[in-house]
Amino acid sequence: MIPVLGLVVGVVLGLVLQPEVPLWLEPYLAIAVIAALDAVFGGVRAGLEGVFNDRIFVISIASNVVVAALIVFLGIQLGVGAQLSTGVVVVLGLRIFSNVAAIRRHLLGA
Amino acid sequence: MTRGNLLAAGVTLLLGLALVAQVQSTAASDLEELREEDLIALLDDVTSRADNLDDEVRRLEEDKARLAEGDDGAAAARAAQSRLESYQILAGTVEVSGPGVEIVLRDPDGELTTTSMIDLIQELRDGGSEAIQIGDVRVVASTWVEMRRGTLVVDGTSVEAPYTVRAIGDPHTLSGALAIPGGFIDNVRRNGGSVEVTEREEMVLDALHEPTPHQYAQPVP
Repeated sequence: MIPVLGLVVGVVLGLVLQPEVPLWLEPYLAIAVIAALDAVFGGVRAGLEGVFNDRIFVISIASNVVVAALIVFLGIQLGVGAQLSTGVVVVLGLRIFSNVAAIRRHLLGA
Repeated sequence: MTRGNLLAAGVTLLLGLALVAQVQSTAASDLEELREEDLIALLDDVTSRADNLDDEVRRLEEDKARLAEGDDGAAAARAAQSRLESYQILAGTVEVSGPGVEIVLRDPDGELTTTSMIDLIQELRDGGSEAIQIGDVRVVASTWVEMRRGTLVVDGTSVEAPYTVRAIGDPHTLSGALAIPGGFIDNVRRNGGSVEVTEREEMVLDALHEPTPHQYAQPVP
């Protein structure tokens, strides 16, 4: 529950503070956010399965973000940043869908 | 509330912050977010549009220049036409119409002299007349008059009495100029002739002067 509160507070803070995103960070931030969202949905699913663990949650978010950023960085260095970003988004999107499907099964039983 | 809980909350807080920041920066910037290919396509589009507009500008400039030129030509033609008209009136090669005076001279005793005819022409010119006709002869720059044995000869053509002189100009000024005390009318009447001056709003001088080629005078370039 507390992580969800954190998310809400973060969104509100963002709306209030209107942070400026540095230009160099922009290609990474979008992917990092999606990777973190994947981890969040994974955490919700784990929580519903009763195996949620703070440590695992934090580490999974951090590793997801770092790996996503690394992939984008590598893609930019190779000149295929846009395509690789798309690939990462597709993969993370699939994972989010499967996580959401599991959550749905837990909540609705269908 | 464990440390792990707090940490997770902090991480998700950061996530929310990043999420909103990213969404807002995407909404704020248009071109920055476009991919390279899109930017190139956009640039191509803008460039070709600029080229088209440049072409249009060039075409319109040409049109403008042509129209200005045409206007110049028309203006020159108008100026030439008006110059031609004034020269034709001066030379007496066209019929002219306009307001003026008609003077009928009668000298049953043959008292009218060459000098009084020259006085008449001078008085009319002084009064601002723009064209003069005596009988059927147009008076131009080279016109001469003579009373030859009681008959008026203008430019070698005999004019039958009574002599009709028509002058185009401001009718009031012309008749006033002739009626000056001690002027033309006074002189003619003193010598036994009669003068009848009629102011007309519209009259036509139909006599034409045949211009003769100049034998001696040449324009100095």
